Amino acid sequence: MSPLPGYLLLSAFLFAIGLGGALMRRNAILVLIGVELMLNAANLNFIAFWRFGAHPEALTGILFVIFSIGVAAAEAAVGLALIIAIYRHYKTTNVDEMTALKG
Amino acid sequence: MMAETLDQVFVILKHWLVGLAPSGCQPVVSALLSIVPILLAFPLLFAVTTILERKGLGRIQNRYGPNRVGLYGMLQPVADGLKTLTKEDIVPRTADEAVHFIAPVVLVVTAFLVYAVLPVGRNMVAVDLDAGVLFFFAIGAATELSVFMAGWSSRNKYSMLGAMRAIAQMISYEIPLILSAVTVIMVAGSLSMVAIVEKQAGCTGWLPNWYVFTPWGFAGFALFMIAATAESNRSPFDLPEGESEIIAGYYIEYSGFKFALFFLGEYLGLFAVSGLGITLFLGGWHAPWPFLEAIPSWAWFFAKLLALIAGFIWIRGTLPRLRMDQLMNFAWKFMLPMALINVLAAGIWHFMEPGVSRWMVGSLLVIGPYLLLGRALMEGKQFQKRTYHFAD
Amino acid sequence: MTLSFAIIASVTVAAAVAAMGLRNIVHCALALTVALAGLAAAYLQLDAQFVGFAQILVYVGAVAILVVFAILLTRSGDPAHPSVLSPGWLAGAVIAVVVLGVLVYPIARSPSISRTLPPPAGATVHQIGDALMGRFVLPLEVTGLLLTVALIGAVIIAMREKEPIGTISNPGSEIANRKSQIANPP
Repeated sequence: MSPLPGYLLLSAFLFAIGLGGALMRRNAILVLIGVELMLNAANLNFIAFWRFGAHPEALTGILFVIFSIGVAAAEAAVGLALIIAIYRHYKTTNVDEMTALKG
Repeated sequence: MMAETLDQVFVILKHWLVGLAPSGCQPVVSALLSIVPILLAFPLLFAVTTILERKGLGRIQNRYGPNRVGLYGMLQPVADGLKTLTKEDIVPRTADEAVHFIAPVVLVVTAFLVYAVLPVGRNMVAVDLDAGVLFFFAIGAATELSVFMAGWSSRNKYSMLGAMRAIAQMISYEIPLILSAVTVIMVAGSLSMVAIVEKQAGCTGWLPNWYVFTPWGFAGFALFMIAATAESNRSPFDLPEGESEIIAGYYIEYSGFKFALFFLGEYLGLFAVSGLGITLFLGGWHAPWPFLEAIPSWAWFFAKLLALIAGFIWIRGTLPRLRMDQLMNFAWKFMLPMALINVLAAGIWHFMEPGVSRWMVGSLLVIGPYLLLGRALMEGKQFQKRTYHFAD
Repeated sequence: MTLSFAIIASVTVAAAVAAMGLRNIVHCALALTVALAGLAAAYLQLDAQFVGFAQILVYVGAVAILVVFAILLTRSGDPAHPSVLSPGWLAGAVIAVVVLGVLVYPIARSPSISRTLPPPAGATVHQIGDALMGRFVLPLEVTGLLLTVALIGAVIIAMREKEPIGTISNPGSEIANRKSQIANPP
């Protein structure tokens, strides 16, 4: 039996854990950590399909993941800069207290 | 014939020992026989370096180094080892115990892991990875996390401050380090360390083919060594751990064996990055000229490594410490533009015909920006006339 | 399922659960690092060497340190809230479970591929470089542009804004001159 379902299940679990954590935690930085976990789960999916799927010589899965890693790093940098800037203003990182746009 | 046997003596020994093992566990025995010499040789080199450094620094500072233990103090590492092993291991009461324990372990593990790709001699590399240089830099980047863990888990403001400074310094100097290695990778056309060493074989005329003997290679080697000094937190870049500044920075709260592990990890990192510099720029285990090929390849590697270590000790004893803002300015405003221009120079060198014009263009592209950038950055700094105060 | 895959998978899932569940946020960041390293090991097991090492270099070596720095710079002085969970945590948990079900259902129901494993595709660095400079040169250039923009943007967003002139920390030249005049009467 091909090991592909094992990797896909691992990826699904990681994605669900990341999503649950991003929705359930109070701290803005932990939301970002959850988003990073989701991105990594998707990357694992790409590499697993590249390895066990059709046309591995086209290297599409690997290159997608390389660009995804780069974009995720840029997004983490900007997101954390935003959190730092917001912290300077609100003096808290609690997402439930950043309600200035409400109502 | 005799020289070649001496050159390959370790490889022949390993094959013979693997042949003795039962055929089922031969891969495991082969892997173990590659790893154990690394685990023995480099800590031994660490012990030798500690005594060489203390004696060397002592002589530079016009005093004897340690000279009580053994002949001329040569057994000092044994005394040091006994001391650190028997010292009491104090952990602060409010420290985060799990992270406090794991930090030195992570440092030593990652420091040892990078030796797997260093080619120590002909056919003497533990693992020949296709992306060897990338592996080296990846594991080197993971070292910084242990610095943070050490600084944070001690719950000490000074150690936290030292850790943040150390991490800021390490990530700033990682970019010139990697960029100067990229020039070599570009010209050699491969990320595999064995392939890069093989490209530097032979001589053209009387000049060895090593990359350090080209204009961009020389500049790249200088940048690489400066960045390596900063990456290992060695003087003149040792503000995060300077004894007179912040009392050992991020490992203030460590004592006994864990402190020895930090010390070991720092020196192992130094040897590893020197080994990478030798592989990339100084021709690896090659002899400079063909008539010196009788000396074995691993002896050449260790001779070059000892020469670089002597250079590090010399610089430590000579130059004063850089302040934090001077350090960061130096990395971002001087080394990064120089490294980028070096990449350009290496590319132009690669595509020109060999000859005098190539050397002139290469040297111009390296020396010109160095002078201009240095001149521009020195403007606006006021230097007072140097005065000396002697004790009368 | 081989033993090595079982070990890697269990370590990664445990670290991910710890990254999302622990109370101390620095421990969460360190558990995230372990999870990312576990994923890098999974990539290496899938014969994607370049991606595995790039994952360690970028994620463990840069993103994890960035997260840790952000945690240190935003530590609030007030004591920890009694609950680490947001008020709407139940809805979040339900959504996560539903998404897990949606993802696992097709995996479980698809016919198991019983064909023989294809030989390792051997993605050497040379081939990746050729692809990057050939077929994928446009994404490469756009990613370079994106990283430059992100770098400049992050620096500008996180820069400490200059206080308006006239406040205590930024007196401006006039007020400073007045102050020094008062301090040192001629």
